[in-house]
Amino acid sequence: MSFLKIATPAQARRFFLARSGLVLSGAAVALLAGRDALAAKSGDKTSDTKILNTALAAELEAIAAYQVGAESGLLQKPVLDLAVTFQGHHKAHADVLAKTIQKLGGKAVAAKSKYTFPVEKLKSQADVLRFAAGLEQGAVSAYLGAVPLFGNRDLSKAAASILGDEAMHWAVLRQALGEAPVPSAFVS
Amino acid sequence: MSILAVAFAASAATAADPEKGKEIYGRCLACHALEYDRVGPRHCGLFGRRAGSVKGFAYSEAMRRSKIVWNEETLDRFLANPPKAVPGTAMTYAGVPDATERADLIAYLKQACK
Repeated sequence: MSFLKIATPAQARRFFLARSGLVLSGAAVALLAGRDALAAKSGDKTSDTKILNTALAAELEAIAAYQVGAESGLLQKPVLDLAVTFQGHHKAHADVLAKTIQKLGGKAVAAKSKYTFPVEKLKSQADVLRFAAGLEQGAVSAYLGAVPLFGNRDLSKAAASILGDEAMHWAVLRQALGEAPVPSAFVS
Repeated sequence: MSILAVAFAASAATAADPEKGKEIYGRCLACHALEYDRVGPRHCGLFGRRAGSVKGFAYSEAMRRSKIVWNEETLDRFLANPPKAVPGTAMTYAGVPDATERADLIAYLKQACK
C-alpha cells in the first residue's frame, strides 16, 4: 500500500504511526542524555563530541529541510503529516545529541541562520518526497559510518538507535514514492 | 605496494562505473551536495582543489592544515578512512572500505559537475 493511495487521513495516520514510531526510543534517550555515568565512561570525549556535533549539524539541517517541505505547499495530507512527524523525530535526535555534547563538556553546534536547498527543483509532492528520501538515506549511511568510531560504546548503541529511525523514514518515503521500501538486505 | 595490490588498484580504476558511483553517492547525502555547501563542502570543483579551501565553509583545523590537493589518489586514500587519513577531520565517517566502490564514487564525482 502506498501513502498516496490511502483513502482517509485517519487511515493514513494509523498507517504512518504503525510504521514509523513516534519518538526516539526511551532507551536511546536514556543512553544519550539521561545518564550521568555517560560522560565519565567516555574514552575519547573530544573525538566523540566531534562525531556527535557532525550528527547534530546534519539533524539541524534535516529539521530545516522538512520545514521547507512542509511550507512548500506541495505536500498534501496525509503526506504533510508524515513530514511533520519525521521532522519531530529529527528534533528529538537533535535535542538529545545537543544535551549529550554538553554532558561530555563540548559545545553543541547551533542551527545555521540559513540553509541552501534545491528548492528550484521541488515542483511536486514527489519531488519533495524524493529529496527527503535522499536525505534520510544519507543519514542512515552517516550514522552507520559513525557507529564504529565512538570511543564510548553506549554512544555507538544510541547512534544505532537513531540509524534505525532514519532507516524507517527512508523506507516509508520510498514506499510513498511507489518504490520498493526496503531495496536490499543491508544498508551501506 | 605489492604487485597484486597494484594490479587490483589498476583493475578497480579501469572498471570504475560512474553510474554505480552515483548510487554510492547516496551515502554522502546527509552532509554533502554537488553544487552547494551543507554540513560538508560542495563537491563540484573538487578535483585539483586544495583541501579546506572552499570560501566561506567552516572546515576543521585538521582539514585546513592537511595540505591535500584532491585528485583520484588522495580522494581514494581519504575515502577509505577519513578519520585515519586526516585525524581531527569533521568528516566523522568510517569510510568506504571497498576499493571498487571508491573507484566508482570517484568516477561519478569526476563527471557529475561537467
